Amino acid sequence: MNWNSAADFFAMGGYGTYVWGAYAVTLACMAVEPVLVAMRHRRARREIGGAPR
Amino acid sequence: MSGTFAVLVARDLRLAARRRVDVVLPIAFFTVAVSLFPLGVGPEPQTLRQIAPGVVWVAALLAAMLSVTQLYAADHADGSLEQMLLVPGARISIALSKAMSHWLLTGLPLVVAAPVFGLLFDMSAPAIASLVAGLVLGTPVLSLLGGLGAALTLGLRSGAVLLILIIVPLCIPAIIFGAGAVTAVESGLSARGHYSLLGALLIFTAVLAPIATGAALRIATE
Amino acid sequence: MSTTLRFFRFASPAAFYPLAGKLVPWFGAVAAILAAIGLYLGMLRAPTDATQGDAYRIIFIHVPAAWMSMLLYVVMAFWAAIGWAFNARLASIVARAIAPTGAMFTFLALWTGALWGKPTWGAWWVWDARLTSELILLFLYAGYIALVSAIDDTRRADRAGALLAVVGSVNVPIIYFSVIWWNTLHQGASVSVTTAPKMASVMLLAMLLMTLAFWAYAFAVIFVRTRAIALERDNHAAWANDSVARAPVRQGASS
Repeated sequence: MNWNSAADFFAMGGYGTYVWGAYAVTLACMAVEPVLVAMRHRRARREIGGAPR
Repeated sequence: MSGTFAVLVARDLRLAARRRVDVVLPIAFFTVAVSLFPLGVGPEPQTLRQIAPGVVWVAALLAAMLSVTQLYAADHADGSLEQMLLVPGARISIALSKAMSHWLLTGLPLVVAAPVFGLLFDMSAPAIASLVAGLVLGTPVLSLLGGLGAALTLGLRSGAVLLILIIVPLCIPAIIFGAGAVTAVESGLSARGHYSLLGALLIFTAVLAPIATGAALRIATE
Repeated sequence: MSTTLRFFRFASPAAFYPLAGKLVPWFGAVAAILAAIGLYLGMLRAPTDATQGDAYRIIFIHVPAAWMSMLLYVVMAFWAAIGWAFNARLASIVARAIAPTGAMFTFLALWTGALWGKPTWGAWWVWDARLTSELILLFLYAGYIALVSAIDDTRRADRAGALLAVVGSVNVPIIYFSVIWWNTLHQGASVSVTTAPKMASVMLLAMLLMTLAFWAYAFAVIFVRTRAIALERDNHAAWANDSVARAPVRQGASS
């Protein structure tokens, strides 16, 4: 393990804002995109035959 | 093939002569756009000399893109484009002739006007010469790529803005080499490498763009 | 011969739809597992870099995102071209499904690149060759998406998009070369803002695992989007009705 404590891990040697800012946005995008796609699929299934069921 | 080409170019030039205002518009835009930069950046000659090549090239690119839809739009609207496309093997001739017409109407005037703008930006004589040389090689590339964009976006509502979005990334190498040539000359270096790259780019584009444009015309009209 | 024909069966949206549906959860699981291992190695086990400190750990998402953005563009162009050349609708649908995910990875590459550059070089954005090329790639994706969205006729949009994507792919090496040229010209020496630190093997392994994780994620998302687009296009087709009747829409569930 590279870290001595959880506090050290979150601090990332002083670069915490940058590292976690990068990871947070990445995680957010890769969580939101599947949701949006699933919603699109669900809507497509509902509208089979041309009208919403 | 060359007969068709000459006929089409002559036709486009004749039509343009009847709508002289439309021909002048790209040059007017170019003039206004280039003149805005000193107003925004400040009149310091050193700064202006530095930004001049970039400003002229970007303005040339935008002026070219704004006028390229016109060349196809009129023919598409009245159906004559589809008629022309019926002739076997015509697609590439049409693409080449439209690019040539566009260059004669927009690119060539830009090349002629460039020295004037060079003086506005207090560029040295070798720098102006380099700017003109780069534009001579680069503006045909812009016309060829613009024609591809016009064919892809034929008849679409979003028209010119969409065209700029899809074609401008492809024009970036021409801007880099063209503006870079001037910067090199101003630093006392040789711009030979830049001209070679521009020349290679021109040949590459002249060979491939008309084929792609022809395919785009087929896609747009079938 | 017969296996080839059986494989081509999946070239129809109707056959692809259930297959994709079965595969999506597996891709998702693979993505999650690989990411977990990769992040464990990269964030918890990899040593701190001597020059860049712990800021370098952004590399474990920046590089995979950049690679995916570039790979997906080429794959998108490939399937779009197949769809155009062979009039294969599913291939065109897949190409359209790839574009948003590719654009997302490009944005992430730029975002993480900026956050990596700021502590390392002091500026949020630097016009180095790689970041500038990523930015241009984002424009290429935007252009493709804008073009296919602007054309109402589906097949015309597919073909025009394919042509644009192929033209873009051909131009990418030229654009990249010109950007490197431009960068060296204006900086004297070729300086890459975000140079990776000398890589210990655990760092390399973590990066590789994260790349594979992103790849599996991309498969999952793109397959779901493909299913959605296939249903949208074949709204009135019998296969669509059958597939939906077999598995009716449950509240809150869909993959």
